Amino acid sequence: MSRADVEACLREGHPDIEARMREPWSDLETDHATAFARQRDGAAFGIWVFLASEVLFFGALFLTYTAARLANQEAFAAAGRETNIVFGTLNTAILLTSSLTMAVASQAADKGLFRRLTLWCLAATAVFGLAFLVVKGFEYREDIEKHLVPGAHFALSQAPAQIFFGFYWLVTVVHAIHLSIGIALVTRLAVMGWRDVDFLKENPQVEVTALYWHLVDVVWIFLYPMLYLPGRSG
Amino acid sequence: MSTTASPTGLADPDELDLRLPVSYLADGHSVRSWLLTTDHKRIAILYAVTITLFFFIGGAAATLVRLELATPEADLLRADTYNKLFTLHGVVMVWFFLIPSIPNTLGNFLVPLMIGARDVAFPKLNLISWYLNVGGGSLAVAALLLGGVDTGWTFYVPYSTVFSNTWVSLTVLGVFTTGFSSIATGVNFIATIHLLRAPGMTWFRLPLFVWAMYTTSLMFVLATPVLAVTLLLVFAERTFGLPIFDPARGGDPILFQHLFWFYSHPAVYIMVLPAMGVVSELITCFARRKVFGYSFMVYALVAIAVIGFFTWGHHMFTSGMSPYAALVFSFLSFVVAVPSAIKVFNWTGTLYRGQVGFESPMLYALGFVGLFTLGGLTGLFLASIPVDVHVQDTYFVVAHFHYIMVGASVSAYFGGLHFWWPKITGRTYPETWARFAAILMFFGFNLTFFPQFIAGYLGMPRRYHAYPPEFQIWNVLSSAGAAVLAVAYLMPLGYLTWSLLFGERATNNPWDASGLEWRTTSPPPRQNFFGSPRIQGGPYNYHPEGVAPVHDQPRLPSRGSLT
Amino acid sequence: MVGRLMPETASLQALLTDRIFIGLTIASAVILALVIGLILVFSIRFRRGSKANRHPLPEIVSREFEIGWTAATIFLFVFVFWWAASAEIGAYSVPPDAIEIHVVAKQWMWKTQASNGAREINELHVPVNKPVKLIMTSQDVIHSFFVPAFRLKRDVLPDQQTEAWFQATKTGTFHLLCTEYCGTDHARMLGRVIVMEPEAYASWLSAQPEGDDLAHQGERLFSERGCAGCHAPGSAVHAPNLAGIWERPVHLEGGHFATADAAYIRDSILQPKRDVVAGYAPVMPSYAGLLDDGEIQAITAYIRALGSEPVSVREPGTPQVRSNVPGGVRERSPAMVPGAPVLDENEAGGSR
Repeated sequence: MSRADVEACLREGHPDIEARMREPWSDLETDHATAFARQRDGAAFGIWVFLASEVLFFGALFLTYTAARLANQEAFAAAGRETNIVFGTLNTAILLTSSLTMAVASQAADKGLFRRLTLWCLAATAVFGLAFLVVKGFEYREDIEKHLVPGAHFALSQAPAQIFFGFYWLVTVVHAIHLSIGIALVTRLAVMGWRDVDFLKENPQVEVTALYWHLVDVVWIFLYPMLYLPGRSG
Repeated sequence: MSTTASPTGLADPDELDLRLPVSYLADGHSVRSWLLTTDHKRIAILYAVTITLFFFIGGAAATLVRLELATPEADLLRADTYNKLFTLHGVVMVWFFLIPSIPNTLGNFLVPLMIGARDVAFPKLNLISWYLNVGGGSLAVAALLLGGVDTGWTFYVPYSTVFSNTWVSLTVLGVFTTGFSSIATGVNFIATIHLLRAPGMTWFRLPLFVWAMYTTSLMFVLATPVLAVTLLLVFAERTFGLPIFDPARGGDPILFQHLFWFYSHPAVYIMVLPAMGVVSELITCFARRKVFGYSFMVYALVAIAVIGFFTWGHHMFTSGMSPYAALVFSFLSFVVAVPSAIKVFNWTGTLYRGQVGFESPMLYALGFVGLFTLGGLTGLFLASIPVDVHVQDTYFVVAHFHYIMVGASVSAYFGGLHFWWPKITGRTYPETWARFAAILMFFGFNLTFFPQFIAGYLGMPRRYHAYPPEFQIWNVLSSAGAAVLAVAYLMPLGYLTWSLLFGERATNNPWDASGLEWRTTSPPPRQNFFGSPRIQGGPYNYHPEGVAPVHDQPRLPSRGSLT
Repeated sequence: MVGRLMPETASLQALLTDRIFIGLTIASAVILALVIGLILVFSIRFRRGSKANRHPLPEIVSREFEIGWTAATIFLFVFVFWWAASAEIGAYSVPPDAIEIHVVAKQWMWKTQASNGAREINELHVPVNKPVKLIMTSQDVIHSFFVPAFRLKRDVLPDQQTEAWFQATKTGTFHLLCTEYCGTDHARMLGRVIVMEPEAYASWLSAQPEGDDLAHQGERLFSERGCAGCHAPGSAVHAPNLAGIWERPVHLEGGHFATADAAYIRDSILQPKRDVVAGYAPVMPSYAGLLDDGEIQAITAYIRALGSEPVSVREPGTPQVRSNVPGGVRERSPAMVPGAPVLDENEAGGSR
């Protein structure tokens, strides 16, 4: 939302901008509209910096995976064939769709016009997120039944295959934790927006949550070929 | 301490109290008002309290280590106890004292004041960051109480994952948690410096301390997550048996070292860049001169932060890396020394044609320059591959990084603490004691660590509780120095605490310094400034002909116009 | 009594290292004296209230100074880098006539074995003025092999081999220390390196209890553990013959090449399916857990003893080759003959 839009809102008697201002932005020596715009900028800027940090976090994980895979190509291919590509592909589709609904919610909230659409999209996003976790749960159960947990009873004979599955469990669990946090944030927005008519309108929290959600989605886009496609290319 | 009246005309703070808003210290006295505060100044105090605690825990471990090393035999401690003590010393000092020391205490307090803001961009996140730090620290201390950890602060695999029988997972979890505290601080400072600078405070008018905090924050944000992942992998391997680095199953322990040092080498710069910022403030103030080559100083900070990310390999010349990689890392390690050298020359140049005074903060700052120069020069030895191969993992390396991380950074921390103490607490401390402590610290430090260079080149390995007897002379010297150093570190604790209770009230600008943080009361009110600061010139507006600086806006309001 | 300031210098590398060290020390001392001197002079001359001239510096002067000392530092540092790096490059390759000694580190001891099989614990006897190559591995955690008098240090890694070499220049007894923290008794993981005159070394070596030399041990293991069942010439199983491959490029499945060095052989024993030689089916089982590090070293030594340079290489298209590998002429896969063009596409294609 541009500064001009905020000013317009203010002129139309937008009561809650002042209520939403918080320290230290509320003390800026400008008019409320500018200060509010800067508070919004601040939230977006902060989340981008945090996402940079997250990129390094997952980047280091991917790098470790790459190094281990280069050293143990055969075993990683063999291990990759053991993952369940049906669940993996289904989850990829679910998560991509959730990003669409999240993007729609974010844009709609930003325009401040389509409250019902925003709410529905937020709810859909949370449901897609939960669906992902459910599918993942089924997949985990199957993996455990197939003895794909590294350790004494591991199913594959090649030792480095255990490294692959070490990654598999670690990365998917870390991703699931990120996703759970995302679901909690989205659900919170949906509930608050449902209770308070003006809550979602131009609220920077929607954009912040959406950016985070997209990161979690992008991480999965990297995980999918890393975990499900090795050894299946021909 | 100077008692000249502040040029703002507000020499009598007692009278001020009647008219001005109460200081941040007086703004609520309940425990709740401290533990749930979002005031960056109060959070800085919270950090100061916890890191002091950790400093003395880590210091106690170091004392025992130095006592044991006074003789070549193992007579005071058992091998396991010794191993746990140096691990404790390293973990606590690195992650719970040094890394948060300047950024989270002085940085938290000063960054908003220096840029003319009311607070940091995300005050609640700032508080959360402190809780994460305390939470992580508690886990690490819990590990200590339950029986300790014996892996060394580097947690090298496969020792830490497969062989150690101590509380590795808990400690790793503690460090992991405190990593998020660093990231939160980094995000907060970057956003604050980008978005909350006062009107007129352009990038090249920022004090060097703010630049130092900015570059440090970049490293917090970009390096810490890699440490988090590395420790997470160790945790997963140890606790859940997910074999990432296990050599028996095709994993590569060298990969761990690459990841670890990708964080831990920048971490050295996380510890020393803030110190450089502090020292730039101190030297300009007590030399009464603009800093020599401001823009070079800024570019040097940025260059160190950027190149510092690409030199980690020099920790691994003996671990088995390709000779080409070793050459590249060696070259980059030499390159990163160039901006450090520029800074040393510029600090020296700042003294030229100044009005040099020798108040205690300046003594700490000059001590910093000496110790940092020696620490930096010995870094060149470690960048030269043949010499590094010989001294890697010996006391030479121990001495080198203590010169940088303790000699330089801790001196700067103490210098900064003395410099801003009147602003932070509103009290003055006994200057004679402070000068004595500063000088004692410098000589105690050199006595402790210089002999270690010699012992190291002679071949004494680190992490030995018993050692061949020919190294004893150097260890005795070092242990004697450690005793002096311990006294020098305890003295400020004594007289600074005394000053809180009995010290004279400080004036608003006891040093006649030029920074924006001195343009408010001592201690500042909750909202930092009276009126809105507007900046019209660059920092360090000192002129050596006279002692008083040229003042920027805002002036303190004259009486009667306070609203 | 004040101890020595420099460690004993007892190897070629030590001389080089000391030269760089002393050069750096002098340069550092000069720089440090310069910085401290300037600080002292400026502090005293421009102390508060002194009568020194304090006019502002012209802008151009400060910029020139800045550029001047930046350039000087860069020049100095690049020079030191060049010096240290060229010393490192010069010392990188092992002389071909080096004596080979195998080192196995474990918590908390050093086990060494000379190529004739003489074993020692926490001791290492070597002749003076002869290059010695160490082939090292660890049985548990990372250790580091450090002889201060030789300025020699190399990490010893579990399940990997690292190499280092030195040439002692002085007889005597020197410390051998572990410098990578390895647990409780890290400080007790000490040993001695005893450098002897060549004659004394020879008589010491002959006085050692008869041990099979490594290659013979390896040969025995080669048949006992069933390697020979497939890899021996004339075996029913289609497996690469190992004679003459040492240090030679091997053509792998997928068009890559690998050098048949100790690391490759070790990998091929422990993870045989990883780098399969072109033209062979990946049928070999892993020997991980069945052979310990010492046994793998022995087998490696045996394969090395089989030689690396065949006297004559087959003519293109001729299936038989001749070589001087012990045991006479062997039949080989075309892909295993170094330098020979591979013409038997049909054979390679058939087994894919």
